[in-house]
Amino acid sequence: MALIKCGGASFEFDLRLVLKDINFEVLQGDYICIVGDNGSGKTTLLKGLLKIKRPCKGEIVFGDGLELSDIGYLPQSAIVQKDFPASVNEVVLSGRLNSRGLMPFYRKIDREIADENMELLSVINLKRKCFRELSGGQQQRVLLARALCAAKRLLVLDEPVAGLDPLALNELYKIIKDINEKKGIAVVMVSHDIKNAVRDASRILQVQTRQVFWGKAQDYINSYEGKRLMQVLKDENGGVNV
Amino acid sequence: MFDVFIEMFSYAFIVRAVIVGFLVSLCACLLGVSLVLKRYSMIGDGLSHVGFGSLAIATAMNLAPLTLSIPVVVLAAFLLLNVSQNSKIKGDAFVALLSTSSVAIGVLVISVTTGLNTDVCNYLFGSILAMSKSDVYLSVTLSVIVFVLFVIFYNKIFAVTFDEVFAQATGIRAKFYNMLIAILTAIAIVLGMRMMGALLISSLIIFPALTSMRIFKTFKSVVISSAIISIFCFMIGIVISYLYATPTGASIVVINLILFFIFWIFSHFFRRGL
Repeated sequence: MALIKCGGASFEFDLRLVLKDINFEVLQGDYICIVGDNGSGKTTLLKGLLKIKRPCKGEIVFGDGLELSDIGYLPQSAIVQKDFPASVNEVVLSGRLNSRGLMPFYRKIDREIADENMELLSVINLKRKCFRELSGGQQQRVLLARALCAAKRLLVLDEPVAGLDPLALNELYKIIKDINEKKGIAVVMVSHDIKNAVRDASRILQVQTRQVFWGKAQDYINSYEGKRLMQVLKDENGGVNV
Repeated sequence: MFDVFIEMFSYAFIVRAVIVGFLVSLCACLLGVSLVLKRYSMIGDGLSHVGFGSLAIATAMNLAPLTLSIPVVVLAAFLLLNVSQNSKIKGDAFVALLSTSSVAIGVLVISVTTGLNTDVCNYLFGSILAMSKSDVYLSVTLSVIVFVLFVIFYNKIFAVTFDEVFAQATGIRAKFYNMLIAILTAIAIVLGMRMMGALLISSLIIFPALTSMRIFKTFKSVVISSAIISIFCFMIGIVISYLYATPTGASIVVINLILFFIFWIFSHFFRRGL
């Protein structure tokens, strides 16, 4: 049974239809990449999956015993206010909260898991630093560490590579792939980066207000839409092979 | 200095004021850290005006002031949060609407019944003489409850303050905790209002947090420093008010203001690498 089943879901924003009739499902251990142009409704769809936004038509149902507290989430860009006092440790640890239920405090194991994830994303040396004083790329990695702390069965990532330099970017894709393969945590990622999306993801969903493509990553490369997008990328890179 | 303390504490009303003031300052500043960071500072101010209106009505109807005000202000907190989240009237406009209406109703009720007397003045500017024995028991019980709830939910309060969307997305009931913060704030405001006055109580909430944030950079250190600053300012304020016969609430706020400037100047030196 699917972790999440999205059946004919439509979303409105300010009475304007931003997504129409989306049908797909997230299976255990899936790696799904959602692609589409700016303003195509990708972020709205993620908010729908996380039950922050309700579909105006259709339904999004959790199956296989999936709970919100099994999900780790990386928001699009740090929406954190400039003057917020918080250490990296405090931020990452807060990802463990959803495992604590009604229990008020963190256990030793929660702190260890937080440390592990900080290590994995090489931000452990920033542990005591103030979050707001980090660079954009560092903040992104801290927030990913927090998401990993929260993710038990599903990891939802909104533009995880935004603001990263190419080297850090490849490292990040490798970490996500590892988590997906070794821990069996399903990944749903919104990305602009088609090239890497196609390489790592098992399935692709393309949206452009409506659903343009849904299927295996390999089939996507051969599809009309996939070819068109790859062509655009090639042109942008000045004809260099992508 | 020590003699002054002994002399002060020989008065029962001052002992009562110190006990209640100590606890209320503590609760108010803890909640303040979250309110300031969530950009909800105005809600504290709005609630204190609602508190004024309900105190006026309670006096006119000869009811115990706290027992009427607490449910009314909690209800107002509930309304404020829900309206500012989903309505066509923007949050800050609604706060202004609610607070001025409450003051207007309060003033009308007063002028029709008792007229503007010292009681009313005390509601506005606070008085340490206003605390009766039953008030003290109720205040101590409620502020201990507020403090304990804050400690128990500390980590959740951090999570919904830092990133509400993430908290909600990962299965933490953000709306519930927002509501909890608002209700605890409402209680702290009503309890502190008798001493600080409706016009000044919100400073007890926002000042310590703002002062601490000049220098401290982690949530925990800001919370702890706010608690210390708040209690320190309260104690100094009440001693000054005793020695020079100044109004207690105003004295506490001015000490808070001075401390804020000291921290602010200090933070500028820090930034220059000193």
